[in-house]
This record gives sequence, C-alpha cells and structure tokens, in this order.
Amino acid sequence: MSIFVNETTKVVYQGLTGSAGRFYGLRNRAYGTQVVAGTNPKRAGENVEGIPVFANVHDAREATGATASCIFVPAPGVESAVMEAAEAGIEFIVVITEGVPAKDEARFYNRLAREFPRTRLLGPNCPGIISPGKCNIGITAGEIATGGGPVGIVSRSGTLTYQALYELTQKGIGQTTCVGIGGDPVPGTNFIDCLEAFQRDPDTRAVMMIGEIGGSEEEKAADFIKHEMTKPVVVYIAGVTAPPGRRMGHAGAIISGSSGTAGAKMDALRSAGAHVAINPTEAGNVMATVVAHL
Amino acid sequence: MDLFEYQGKQYFARYGIPVSPGGVAQTVDEAISAADAAGYPVVIKAQVQVGGRGKAGGIKLASNASEVRHHASNILGMDIRGHVVQRVWVERASDIKAEYYASFTLDRAARMHLAMVSKEGGIDIEHVAATNPGAIIRRHIDPAIGLTHADAVDIIHSAGIDEEARSGAVSILELLYKCYVEGDADLVEINPLILTPDGRIHALDAKVTLDDNASFRHPEWAAFDGTESSDPREQMARERGLQYVGLDGSVGIIANGAGLAMSTLDVVNQVGGTPANFLDIGGGASAAVMANALEVVNSDPNVKAIFINIFGGITRGEEVANGIVTALGRVTITSPIVVRLDGTNAVEGRAILKAHESDRLISRPTMVEAAQAAVAFAAH
Repeated sequence: MSIFVNETTKVVYQGLTGSAGRFYGLRNRAYGTQVVAGTNPKRAGENVEGIPVFANVHDAREATGATASCIFVPAPGVESAVMEAAEAGIEFIVVITEGVPAKDEARFYNRLAREFPRTRLLGPNCPGIISPGKCNIGITAGEIATGGGPVGIVSRSGTLTYQALYELTQKGIGQTTCVGIGGDPVPGTNFIDCLEAFQRDPDTRAVMMIGEIGGSEEEKAADFIKHEMTKPVVVYIAGVTAPPGRRMGHAGAIISGSSGTAGAKMDALRSAGAHVAINPTEAGNVMATVVAHL
Repeated sequence: MDLFEYQGKQYFARYGIPVSPGGVAQTVDEAISAADAAGYPVVIKAQVQVGGRGKAGGIKLASNASEVRHHASNILGMDIRGHVVQRVWVERASDIKAEYYASFTLDRAARMHLAMVSKEGGIDIEHVAATNPGAIIRRHIDPAIGLTHADAVDIIHSAGIDEEARSGAVSILELLYKCYVEGDADLVEINPLILTPDGRIHALDAKVTLDDNASFRHPEWAAFDGTESSDPREQMARERGLQYVGLDGSVGIIANGAGLAMSTLDVVNQVGGTPANFLDIGGGASAAVMANALEVVNSDPNVKAIFINIFGGITRGEEVANGIVTALGRVTITSPIVVRLDGTNAVEGRAILKAHESDRLISRPTMVEAAQAAVAFAAH
C-alpha cells in the first residue's frame, strides 16, 4: 500500500502551462500518474499534449473528477491557488513552489485547518510525493525510486529525499511512499502526520526520516516515535556544521539561539530509539541492515 | 534580513508606530545635524547587529553639539564584538517612567503567530523568561483571523501594563501587528516600549527581521540592500540572487537544494575538510545561475578546491553541466573543481562533463568520494 496517494489519484496541475509545470506535469504523466487536467484562466479549452486546460480548479474537477492538485504557480499566486483548490473540493494539495511568504502560508494553513479540515496540504517548497509504480506528483525523478516497499520515506529536503531514494534503490530496497514535506516554517504536512500514516500502512515496515536544523518538528517526531511507533526508524539530520542565526537556504532552516540544532535533534531521536546516521550514505547502509533483520 | 535599529524605526514609522524624532549619520557632522534637528538632549546609538552595545560604550547621551562631536567621533569606527560601527542613530532623549516589552513572531510548533507582552521591559526578554516567566504574557494569534481589538485589549490588561499607558499600548500593539503582517516581518520587537512622565508611550528600540520571501511585494525594501552584511562574498552572492552563507574553510561548496548543501558541508567536515561556504543554487537552476555561483565561490581567496554536488530533480543534469562549461569559459577558475552529478538527466550531464574533463575538473560518483577528492585538492 501507499500513503496519501495511490494509482487511483487523479491530479490537476495549477500552472501546467508554465515551463516548470509543463515539464513536470508531462514527466509525471509519463511515469503513470493520472494527470487529468491543467488550469489557466486565460487558456481554458486548450490542451498541453492532450491534457485539457480549464479556467479554474472547479471546472477541472467537475469535468475530470480530479482528487488532488499540484501547484506550480509563482509564489505571489500560491495562496489564492491553494484556496481555489480547497474550495473546489480537492482533498490533497501539493505545493511545489518555493519562496512563498511566511504570512501567506501561515494564513492558508490555518484557513484550511478551519474551513477545510479534511483537505491535506503538502508543502509549500517541497518536491512532492511518490508512491513508486503508482503515482508521482511533483518534481522527483521517478526512475530513481523502486516500488514494493518495505521502506517509507519522509523528508524536509528535496534533494536529500532523492538521495535517500537513490541509496535505497541501489541496494535493491523498495519504497512504499516517499513524502517530501518541504523546508518552510509552516509545512502543511509534518513529520508526525507521515509517521502516523506509515505506522498504519501494513506494507511499510521501516521508515527513513530526513530532517534538518531549525524548528522543533524533529523533537516532536522523536516523542511520537518513542510512544507511538513500533516500526524501526532510521534518521539523518542535515546541518551539523551550520552556524547559528544564519538561514541555510530553506526559510525554516535556521538555528535560533540554542534551539533547532542538529545535535539536539539527533540526541532526542536517539533517545527515542531511532537509528541516527551521520550522512545520507550511512543512512542507506543502516537501513539496509534494519531491512535485513525485519 | 535583519534590520538595523534605525531601519527598524523607519519601518515602524511607516506603520504609524511612534518613535523618537531622530536621524541616521555616517559622519560626525551628519550626527551634529541630526542632533540639531531632533532637539537636545540627544542619545547617540551605535548601529550594529549585536547585543551589548551599551556596555561597550556604543550608546551615549549628549546635551549639546560639542558633546555630540565628542561621542560620535568615539563611536563611529568603534569595534563592538567584531562589528565595526559604520553609522549612528541620533535621537531626542526620552524621560522614562516605565519600560515594557512587546513582540510578534511565528510560533512554528503551533503554526500560529505569537504575541508576547511584558511589563518588564528594557532588559533581555530571555532573561525575564528565565527568571520571572509569569511576567510575560504569551498569546497565539490565528493567522486566518488576525489580532482583534479585543485580543489587544486583553493582552495589554493581562500583562499588567500601567493603567495610564494601556490605551496607548493597545493601539501600538495593533499597529505592531499590522507592521508584522502587512510589513512581512518574521519578527517585530519593541524593547523597551516606554511610558514618559507626561503620559505618552512610544518605541525606544526596534528589532525587525524581514521575510526575504516577501520582497517581491515590498519595493521599499530596496533601501535596506547593501547595509546588512559586511562580508563581500555574501554581498556579491546577494547581488546575483544566490542563497549563500560565508564560512571560513577552504572547500567552496555549490549544491542544489538547501538540505543537500547542508549535507555537503557536513560530509566535507566528516572527511577532514573545512567548508568555505554554504551555497544553494536552488531548483530550476540554469547555466547562468551555475556560472554566477562559480564566480562567487571563485572570488573567495580562501577557497582551494570547489565541490559541486548536484542531485537532479528540478535541476536537469545537462543544464548543470552546461552551466559549469559556460562558467569555465567566462571566468578563470583558480581552484580545481570536483563534480558529483546524479538524478534527472544525469547521464546527459555526465557526457557533457566528460568531454571537458581535465586535472582541474574531475567527477566522482558518490558524495563521500567527491568530498575526499575536494579535500585532498584543498590540502595541496
């Protein structure tokens, strides 16, 4: 099985007619994802290599039965794109766009929580989600993933997500679902949401978690792992050498005062019983050992 | 982006938050003009982004022009914990009857905004939090609703702000929230917020951190460019729109994705090297972006080797390879380059690199091997 998406997920791309939206929308379709529609208010009635373009998400959903949305629109338009998708009845919204203002994302996260409690948001500033062989929404290169499980992956970083997929695939270890939650301060879906779903998913038997400096989500995840998880968790945290007070690329990757350091996160996860690795390659090796003993 | 106090006060003023009349000065003469305009007595304050400037002698009171000349000439150019004072803020001195604290920031764990108000202002709020936590009122503000007038009244009353200051404090708290949200700040902090003997209330200090992601809707932020960082490498990177943090090692780092860039720093460290920088060229990086990145890293005299670590997702391998080749044709790269390229279209990318390989440009298949090669180059 997989979490959040599967082979029946039908996806509308908000921003399909832009260059990145087109490139990845077509790649996702070629992978086997049901890419059913795109939106652009000025180009309704056109198509992108056979994918119909609608004026808005509501029309796209009415015509195609889309259940998920993938957002590629530029940062200034993300808030209204998210609300448009939710109002149209989309249940799973993936925001790839980076550089969304923190005020916008704090507002639309809380508006969704309040007005559309059943809608799940993933991102912003994330690579998306892939359930190998079933569905790939976003910018992950599908060829580096291998289906069949037993490992679920959850990561704050895009490229480290690919790295993890790649390490496991090279070792012949399959993945159930790989979720990139994104590096922003207010992620729509967090570590605990994914750990909870992986714990419930019978095909996922071990979890790879990739965190980084900043915030306290990894510490909260440690608490969840300690009390709620029976499946083994292998962890890598990036940013051991990051200086305090400096934003390391991601808006959320900053050590504030003494909180948010990689060391503190690794300690919390280690004492929660997770296997903590010091680099992505070692994480792959540790996972191989864990999987061999399942 | 962290603003200096004077910029923070100018930003507060845009949103109607009262501050003392004053002006910024880069020379002694400018300081005297600012003092004349503000009215004596004045306070001269060193503009540095580091705490403890008062103790270091960076804040002085002056009651006439000759005292301004004396203090401003001492403070300008002063080194405060590694920060050289380039500007002073000169403002009319205030009589203080009471000092309070007010701030807004994002509470990431709660995914809501956090208001903090205390009647114990004028000292480090973390000190108050440690010694007298009951003196700080903390309230979450739902970003979908915002701060209501009733919230502001409740927060100010709960914090025990003196009665004569309450209505002024409520209105400043509402303006501060407006500055925080409409002004796209990650942090707005007034410490101290003061009550004067004649019953007026205003911000005596200003701490503002702007959300860089919101710069597209704030053309007025252009005035803050170039005043933040004293590191010429960071200045150069900012002009090129790159996510760069200067460090002091010898291996220049270029990676795509913040997580991979941080991880690259960690791996270089683990194999015995020292990273010279953090540089994330981001998703969708083109040949031009890669060329810019190489130019910035190459400008660092401490760099002895460059490690380019790319895993292709949104950045396609052939774009990366073409970027490196283009950059090599555009600038003379002084250090050897080690490339590790994988992911989307990596095969095409590696073929392009192969055609240009030399003893100054090599590629390695894994992160650890590439880090080892770069560290070995840096050691020679």
